[in-house]
Amino acid sequence: MANAGHILGLTGAHLQLSLPAIAAAFLLSLPLARLANRLRPARALILGGTGLLYAVPSLPLFIVLPVLIGTGVRDTLNVIVALTLFGLALMVRSAADALDAVDEDTRLAATALGHSSRGRFWTVELPLAGPALLAGLRVVSVSTISLVSVSAVLGVQSLGSLFTDGFQRGIVAAVAAGIAMTVLLALLLDLLLVLLGRLLMPWSRR
Amino acid sequence: MNHLSAAVDWLLDAQTWTGPGQLGARATEHLGYTAVAVLIAAVIALPAGLAIGHTGRGRAAAVLSSGAVRALPTLGLLTLAALAAGVGLVAPLIALVVLAVPSILAGAYAGVESVDRATVDAARAQGMNAWQVLWRVEVPLGLPIVIGGLRLAVLQVTATATLAAYVGAGGLGRPLFLGLRTYDYPMMLGASLVVILLAILLDACFEVVQRLLSYAPGLARTGRLREAR
Repeated sequence: MANAGHILGLTGAHLQLSLPAIAAAFLLSLPLARLANRLRPARALILGGTGLLYAVPSLPLFIVLPVLIGTGVRDTLNVIVALTLFGLALMVRSAADALDAVDEDTRLAATALGHSSRGRFWTVELPLAGPALLAGLRVVSVSTISLVSVSAVLGVQSLGSLFTDGFQRGIVAAVAAGIAMTVLLALLLDLLLVLLGRLLMPWSRR
Repeated sequence: MNHLSAAVDWLLDAQTWTGPGQLGARATEHLGYTAVAVLIAAVIALPAGLAIGHTGRGRAAAVLSSGAVRALPTLGLLTLAALAAGVGLVAPLIALVVLAVPSILAGAYAGVESVDRATVDAARAQGMNAWQVLWRVEVPLGLPIVIGGLRLAVLQVTATATLAAYVGAGGLGRPLFLGLRTYDYPMMLGASLVVILLAILLDACFEVVQRLLSYAPGLARTGRLREAR
């Protein structure tokens, strides 16, 4: 129980790294996905680029990224940017698919009703793609939460620090607690996203 | 950018690559770990996945397990295995196999399930028995997705094999962690670039295989099973 405060602090640090990355990945994926769907040449570039990013292992990216964006390896920002890129690798494809799946007739009807392209995106396409976007976001959220801990080997504080400390000092309980907390956090955030989805998209409830 | 050119210099230095414990040997180790782990995982997961897809039994458990492993932090799994099995090769291999199984399992059952039920019924109506339906209809038609599962597993295992050096094994993580501990940025950057290159290369190999398969007669043109690392 004496460790509860320590674990709680690490959980906070974990969230501070993962939440901004999840949010940034989601927000950035929408314009990228829209661009990919509207401009065919951009599509190959954007989807190919994120597909390539998807193949990049996490730890090496944490180390290579500072050369590209000028941060330190142990900076919070470095970890957040790397996690955002991984989130984008997953989210852009699912966002592009989600927006693409909106029925063409619906789109044409919206245009016929006088929607501008932008207005149609916000009031018709985005709500209709909502459930599929949420599904993509849930995958990004779970994978980001579990991915954060890798940064602990660089010395960045998160629930992953329980793995590195526990391993070095031979405390199985610390490692087990870290795994349990990470999975719990991922589940809680997933639940929160589902609830948020129900709240924002009451029509998708079956 | 100075670090980058120093890393490239390090990579281009012949001494970096030759001799035991150098980069060439580390890359071989890395590929070896990946191959062994994926092979063991495939031996476990492919028959199980095909059985689940064919019979439809145990599907809920399979879906749940792949979801749970997605949430499981790889570093935690690795350190836990290392504390249980001791420093060396066994612990990372256990962790890598545990990581690879759900992707391969998911690919196998999703592949079989993706086959049109009408096609399967037609095969049965022709008088095929269960084995024939599986091997002559479901596996060939679902093959791209089955391979997609293997592709994802290879990707995850290659990435996680880098962490194996943290618990005392070899692989390309060795020079990476050595550079990290000694503040030798060019070395850790150079090693990172090699890992990234290796991962992209392996993924590209699968892309080529899947493209080639899509030209084979009777195989579906679907691609990649996407999931989180």
